[in-house]
Amino acid sequence: MVVAAKKTVAGKTAPKTAAKAATTRASARRSEKAASVLDFTKEQDLEAYKMMLEIRRFEEKAGQLYGMGLIGGFCHLYIGQEAVVVGMQLALKQGDQVITGYRDHGHMLATGMDPKGVMAELTGRRGGYSKGKGGSMHMFSIEKGFFGGHGIVGAQVSLGTGLAFANHYRDNGNVTLAYFGDGAANQGQVYESFNMAELWKLPVVYIIENNKYAMGTAVNRASAQTDFSRRGASFNIPGEQVDGMDVRAVKAAGERAVAFARSGKGPYILEMLTYRYRGHSMSDPAKYRSKEEVQKMRTEHDPIEQVRARLLEKKWASEDDLKAVDAGIRDTMNAAADFATNDPEPDASELYTDVLR
Amino acid sequence: MPTEILMPALSPTMEKGNLAKWLKKEGDTVKSGDVIAEIETDKATMEVEAIDEGTLGKILVPEGTQDVAVNTPIAVILADGEDASAASAPSPQAAQSAPPVEAAPLEPSPVAASAPAAPAIVNSAVATPPQPAAIPEPEVPEGTEFVTQTMREALRDAMAEEMRRDGDVFVMGEEVAEYQGAYKITQGLLQEFGPKRVIDTPITEHGFAGVGVGAAMAGLKPIIEFMTFNFAMQAIDQIINSAAKTLYMSGGQVQSSIVFRGPNGAAARVAAQHSQDYTSWYSHIPGLKVVAPYTAADAKGLLKAAIRDPNPVIFLENEILYGHSSPVPKLDDFIVPLGKARIARAGKDVTLVAWSIGMNYALKAAEELAKLGIDAEVIDLRTIRPMDTDTILASVQKTGRLVTVEEGWGQSGVGAEIAARVMERAFDYLDAPVLRVFGKDVPMPYAANLEKLALPSVQDVIDAARAVTYR
Repeated sequence: MVVAAKKTVAGKTAPKTAAKAATTRASARRSEKAASVLDFTKEQDLEAYKMMLEIRRFEEKAGQLYGMGLIGGFCHLYIGQEAVVVGMQLALKQGDQVITGYRDHGHMLATGMDPKGVMAELTGRRGGYSKGKGGSMHMFSIEKGFFGGHGIVGAQVSLGTGLAFANHYRDNGNVTLAYFGDGAANQGQVYESFNMAELWKLPVVYIIENNKYAMGTAVNRASAQTDFSRRGASFNIPGEQVDGMDVRAVKAAGERAVAFARSGKGPYILEMLTYRYRGHSMSDPAKYRSKEEVQKMRTEHDPIEQVRARLLEKKWASEDDLKAVDAGIRDTMNAAADFATNDPEPDASELYTDVLR
Repeated sequence: MPTEILMPALSPTMEKGNLAKWLKKEGDTVKSGDVIAEIETDKATMEVEAIDEGTLGKILVPEGTQDVAVNTPIAVILADGEDASAASAPSPQAAQSAPPVEAAPLEPSPVAASAPAAPAIVNSAVATPPQPAAIPEPEVPEGTEFVTQTMREALRDAMAEEMRRDGDVFVMGEEVAEYQGAYKITQGLLQEFGPKRVIDTPITEHGFAGVGVGAAMAGLKPIIEFMTFNFAMQAIDQIINSAAKTLYMSGGQVQSSIVFRGPNGAAARVAAQHSQDYTSWYSHIPGLKVVAPYTAADAKGLLKAAIRDPNPVIFLENEILYGHSSPVPKLDDFIVPLGKARIARAGKDVTLVAWSIGMNYALKAAEELAKLGIDAEVIDLRTIRPMDTDTILASVQKTGRLVTVEEGWGQSGVGAEIAARVMERAFDYLDAPVLRVFGKDVPMPYAANLEKLALPSVQDVIDAARAVTYR
């Protein structure tokens, strides 16, 4: 795991390091942690802490409901990766859009979607965001700028490029974040999309969440080029590797990338070096990695613990304050779980609705 | 021996063209590779290059001549020592037997590039379509003036009208802008609407189909042109998994108002990978509408309806029909509703159901059947999904007999679906088993004779109609 944020520039101008990138790869890739990580204010750290903890508690509750048989099918938990969506969301403005793949609960909560509606969709109830017809992998909230939730690996990259195309067509100043994983990064349509996005200078930020494993396949067993920040190089799309476990580094990189896209310079790639603690899905025993590897990430790099330690160290919050925050979030998630358990299933008449408009 | 230069075919489906200009005159020396003439069709203007060396002995077709049939001798090249008089009376046989090797036209499109231009040998019954019967259509008011248009022009007008009406409508695809369309369906759109709304894409069907669906999810109304639907197989995941299913999976929140259009099915002499009919594939999918027009009027009215439809619409055109002309109502806003079949010919003895180019076989067969005293009713399905089953059932209740006609394969084909619906809902009205006419169960062969055998024929339809009427 590389925790130092590194920046690479894929062949053309990117903020600050363009000149270095043009010289040698080694110099372009040197650590710039000090330059890129900006300290958060007390309010920012508290907000990030709360947002990340909400996602974690939600996912823990979802795992619990899955174990109880209340959630069916596939359920991919985001635990460990919380800093990515929270840091990126802090870099957005109203009207920007988010689209992602199937590990999507964290993205939805980060955009401000109601945990009750998300949890009720997981349990297949009528109060779910898709009226119970979509499930874990297929939820949307146009109001919050969240465009799914897509179950086909890589499809969201073309779709997200299309959202950015619409922003460009309307010249509305909005930016699209298209999230995908290290597995999806090998799909062909990703590169078809990169090509068009750069060709037409579309306002899209591609965020590659490299959590080290595409289901059970380690990155180095599936990818000839494991530095995903360089995957746009042949299209002249600039890219950076970011410490995806540090919410401050994510936000700082996100702001650079979003500003770049919003200014009309075209797409930008952020590779988030992150880690999921749980299996690929609930049914994954995760035999492809050691318990020690997981434990080391949890104890040394946990995104939430990093903020918690800062808050305590800087005396921005006391243990009791943070306990109160946690208790409030647990109450919210318990209420969401209760709703998702007691809300009725969709009416049988819903079978035939929403096929066509 | 003097060498004849024959009128070349610019594309596999070209049958005739205009000799626009001679760039060499009689007596000029001609070297291999020299451009000797320009010819044009409604799709394109092309230069004719000489392959043989010698002297341009005689020009047989003067410049400005319209509608010169492919393979007509247009000039004669003399080798050293030959006399022009030797070429004064070209044998008509030459046009029949000699392949047009004397002239190598530039290829008009990547499709043709992968399938070298050859003389267009098209089933003659298919090449000369009977005019659709003038049964008044409900969507055309009495007394409306009609103008004769090709399907190509009608499709272009439909897009242009909708783009004028709604700024959210744009067209995207390979060669749709600068090139004016690989089949010239988007001719003039770039000039009128500019590059922001008429967008050339890279040759990446999967990617640009996804970009189109994403733009539709954001509320735009894309028209995605596939150069042919054969290439849309690369994009079918986005069409089905993203465009067709997202409204349902989002509980009605996210719609995709998008049209995927382009030529579908067999053209002529382009072999298996470029000749597939995808009608039944898309007709299988809930969440899609599937349209396949036959007349120019329907092409216009249905495409305008498809563009306005809030759902994803698969709009299946046919390359052979592009150049065919038929009357189009002269109305400011002519719309043909999706999901409604048209009775193209009224009859009482047997019902023939077809759509798109299948109508060519059905209408021609109906004419022949009339001579045998069999009065066929021909239904142009127009929209395959949702299917206007009621119109079919009403007809079958009258005739008691049904034949379906399609160029696609039989297994799990549209005809199979129609037969099942009629069996389920009108079994007691049937006086004979339903028969299906369809393409042979083989990949499309290249050889002209085999290709003809692989496609349905008018005779197949006649035979089926006679079988179900026991005559």
